[in-house]
Amino acid sequence: MGATRAPLIQRPEGLYCPGGDFHIDPTQPVDRALITHAHADHARAGHGAVLATRQTLDLMAIRYGEDFTASRQIAEGRMRIGEAEVSFHPAGHILGSAQIAVQAGGPRVTVSGDYARVANPSCAPWEPVPCDIFVTEATFGLPVFHHPDPATETQKLLASVAAFPERAHIVGAYSLGKSQRVMMLLREAGWDGPIYIHGSLERLSAYHIAEGVPLGDLRPATDNSLKKADFAGQIVIAPPSVFESTWAQRFPDPVLAFASGWMSVRARARQRGVELPLVISDHVDWADLTRTITELDPAETWVTHGREDAVIRWCELQGRAARPLHLAGYEDEAE
Amino acid sequence: MRDFAALLERLAFTPQRNAKLRLLAQYFAAVPDPERGLALAALTGDLKLRAVTPSLLRGLVAERVDPELFAISYDFVGDLAETIALIWPDPETPPNDTDLPLPQLVAELQTTGKAGLPGLIAARLDALNPSERYAYLKLATGAMRVGVSARLARAALAEYGGLQLIEIEEIWHGLTPPYLDLFAWVEGGARPEAAALAPFRPVMLSTATDLDALRPLDPADYVAEWKWDGIRVQAVSDQGRRRLYSRTGEDIGAAFPDLLDRLDFEGVIDGELLVRRGDAVGTFGELQQRLNRKTVSKKLLETHPAGLRAYDLLIWQGEDLRALPFAERRARLEAAIASLGDPQIDTSALLDFGDWDGLAALRAAPPDPVIEGVMIKRRDSPYLAGRMKGPWFKWKRDPLVIDAVLLYAQRGHGKRSGYYSDFTFGVWDGNELVPVGKAYFGFTDEELRALDRFVRGNTIERFGPVRAVKPVKVVEVAFEGLNRSGRHKSGVAMRFPRISRIRDDKPAAEADRIETLRALLPAEAP
Ligand SMILES: [Zn+2]
Ligand SMILES: [Zn+2]
Repeated sequence: MGATRAPLIQRPEGLYCPGGDFHIDPTQPVDRALITHAHADHARAGHGAVLATRQTLDLMAIRYGEDFTASRQIAEGRMRIGEAEVSFHPAGHILGSAQIAVQAGGPRVTVSGDYARVANPSCAPWEPVPCDIFVTEATFGLPVFHHPDPATETQKLLASVAAFPERAHIVGAYSLGKSQRVMMLLREAGWDGPIYIHGSLERLSAYHIAEGVPLGDLRPATDNSLKKADFAGQIVIAPPSVFESTWAQRFPDPVLAFASGWMSVRARARQRGVELPLVISDHVDWADLTRTITELDPAETWVTHGREDAVIRWCELQGRAARPLHLAGYEDEAE
Repeated sequence: MRDFAALLERLAFTPQRNAKLRLLAQYFAAVPDPERGLALAALTGDLKLRAVTPSLLRGLVAERVDPELFAISYDFVGDLAETIALIWPDPETPPNDTDLPLPQLVAELQTTGKAGLPGLIAARLDALNPSERYAYLKLATGAMRVGVSARLARAALAEYGGLQLIEIEEIWHGLTPPYLDLFAWVEGGARPEAAALAPFRPVMLSTATDLDALRPLDPADYVAEWKWDGIRVQAVSDQGRRRLYSRTGEDIGAAFPDLLDRLDFEGVIDGELLVRRGDAVGTFGELQQRLNRKTVSKKLLETHPAGLRAYDLLIWQGEDLRALPFAERRARLEAAIASLGDPQIDTSALLDFGDWDGLAALRAAPPDPVIEGVMIKRRDSPYLAGRMKGPWFKWKRDPLVIDAVLLYAQRGHGKRSGYYSDFTFGVWDGNELVPVGKAYFGFTDEELRALDRFVRGNTIERFGPVRAVKPVKVVEVAFEGLNRSGRHKSGVAMRFPRISRIRDDKPAAEADRIETLRALLPAEAP
C-alpha cells in the first residue's frame, strides 16, 4: 500500500477510514464507529464499538439505553487507531459535540460533524483545527440563510406571549440541544417563571442540568393537577412532532412556534403549520460557513449533509477545490 | 418600517381570523398617523405606487449575486421577493441602526422617476434587515399576500373603533390614504360625510348544489337563470357619483369607463360584467384583457366593449328594494332595465323548466359557451348580505376530464416550494406524446408527496429547473373548457386544468389521444 491511500472514503454506510478501519457517524451498524455528536442522524445504536466524547456517550445511553453498543471509549487527547491518529475538538453545536480530526500517513482531515460559531452556553465554542481536507456540513449551505441574533428571536416569542395572554405558546424544538437552547435563551431574556416541558425532554434536560447548564424551573406539561386554563400565558416546549398530534389540544388555543434555522424561509414554516417561526439554529449559516472555509483555508473541501450544490459553486467561484459527498441517511429536517 | 415588517411577518403565519384582527387592532393602536393609514392602504391594495417589476429586481440582484447561486436559492425559497430579501448581501459598511419611517419609503416610491428607481431600491435594501427588506419589496411590488383581505383589514379597523364593518365599507370608496379622517372617526371624531356617496352594499352569494340536493325541494318555489362566466359586479349611481364594485367591494370602475358612462340612473344594480358585441358574449379571457388597467386604450374599448347583464335590483330611485321577495324585485328590475333602453345593459333571462331533471337537461346543453352553469333562486327570498345556504344556489357545469401522461415537472412556489408540484402533461398524437397543459393543484398533500417522489425517482433529463420524467405516470386532469391556441404546439389551451386523480391503475398507452381533445373545441369563429 502506498502513502497516497485516501484518508477517508465514501461507503454506503458512511465515511470510512481504511487506515484505522472505522467509520465516522455511520448511518448503519458497523464494527467501529467514531461519533461526532448525539443527534439521531449521526449517532445510531447497534455499533460494535463507539468512540465519542463522554457527554455524547452519556446522551446516547439516555436515548438508546445502556446497551446501545457492545463497547465504548471516551475520546481524550490524541488517539491511535490502526494506522490512523485521531483527536476530538469542540464543534459548538450541542452538548458534547465534536469535530473529528483524522490523519493516516497522508493529508490531515477534519470532519466537522454539525457545527456552529455563535455562542451556545451548553458547549465549548467551535475551535479551528488546521487541516488539508475539511469535511463540512452544509445544512444551511445556501446564501439565503442568515441566522439572526437569537436574542431578537426570543423577544418575538415574549412579545407574542404579551399580545395573546389568554393563549398558551408551544415552542416546537428538537428534544436534544435545541430545546435546552430555547430554555437558556428564555432565561437570558429574563423569563424566570416555570417552563413546561414535554415528557421526551425530561431526561435530556436533567442531564444538561447535571452537567452544569442551568435551565431554571422546568415542570412537566402533562401534570394532571393543572387545568387547561392554567396554561394561559405560559410557555411549553415540546418536540415538533406534537404539532401533528392531539397532544397540543390540552392547551388553550395554542400558538405554535418552531425554533429552527429553517424558519427563515416562509414556505418551510408554512409547510409545518407554524404560526410563530423562530429562527434559532445550532448550525453555521451561510456567512459563518463560508467564513470558516476561508479561515481554515484547506487544500480541499468536502461538502455533505445538506445543500452541497451552492457550497460547491461558492468554492468554485473562490478558486477552491471542493467536492460533494452525497451521503444518504442524514435527515434534512433534524435541526 | 420595523413595526410594519413585524406586523406583516406575524400576519402571514397567523391562520385564525380573530388573531389577525387582534394583531391589526394592536398595530393601529400602537402606531401613529400617517404610518398606520399607509399600512392599512398597503393591505387593502389602495396604495398607488410606481410598480416595481420583477425584472427590475432580478436586474438588481444579478449585479450583486452569482446567477447560479441565485438560481439555486430561488429554487429552494420559491418566492422572488423573499429570495432577494434573504440573499441581498450586507453592504461593505453596515448601515446605522435607524428605523426608516414607512411614510418616507412610500413617498420615495411614489415620486422617484423610472430612471432613479433601481438606485433607490438598492440603497433601501442596503439599509434594511432581511425581514424589513421582504416587507419593503412586497410593498414596492404591490403584492402583499399576507392572508389579509381588504375586507379583513377594514374589519380590524372597525373592531378597533367599536364600529360595524358595514359603516366603514359604506364610505370606504370615498376615502384616500393615509385615512386621517377615518382614523379620527374610529377614535371618536366626526364621520367623514363627503365620502358617503355611491357606497358599496354587501352582495348576496350562493352555495353550490347538485341534483341530489335539489330533489327534495319544490321546483315551483324557485326560478333559474344562466350563470355567466364574467365578473359579478354591483353598478352604483348616486347623485352623479358612479361606481362599479366587485362582489368583495373593490372599486374596479377605472378599467371600465365605457360601462360607467352608461350608468345613467339613480340606483344599485347587481349583475354580470361581460364583454359584449351585440348579442355575442365574449369569453372570460377577453374580459380579463380589460381588467387591472389604469387606462384603457381606445382600440380596446372598441374591440372589447363592456356590458352588464342584470341579475337583481337593490335600490332604485332612492327606494331600497332589498327586503322585497325576489319575484317582486325581478319585476322592478325588468322595468328599470327596459327604461334605460341601452343595448349594452340587459336583463338575465329566466329559464323555463318544469322539474329538476328538466333544469338538468338545460344545464347540460347551454346555448352559449360563456355559460358556466345555472343559478337557482327562491322566489320569496329577500336580498341578503353574504353567503347563506338556502335562498340561492349555483349549479355549475361538470368539469371535463381526460387521462394524460406526466411529461415535465418543476418545483412549486409559495406554499409548495421545495416539492415538484408544477406539472406539464400530454396526450397521444400518433405515437408521440404532445404537451397539452400545465397543472399545479387539484391533488391532496399526500398525492403531492407521491408525485414529488415519482419525479425524483424518474427524472430522465434536466433543463435548468425543469425535469423531464419517464412518460409512465397517468393522471386524470379536470378542466373547465378548451380554447384554440396558437401558442401551444397541440393547438389547444385548457381552462383551469387541475390534477383530479392519479391513475396508477392505467398504463401510459391507455391515456387519451389528441383527437378526443380536439372534438371538445368550440366551433371555429367565422
Ligand atoms: Zn446533522
Ligand atoms: Zn446535529
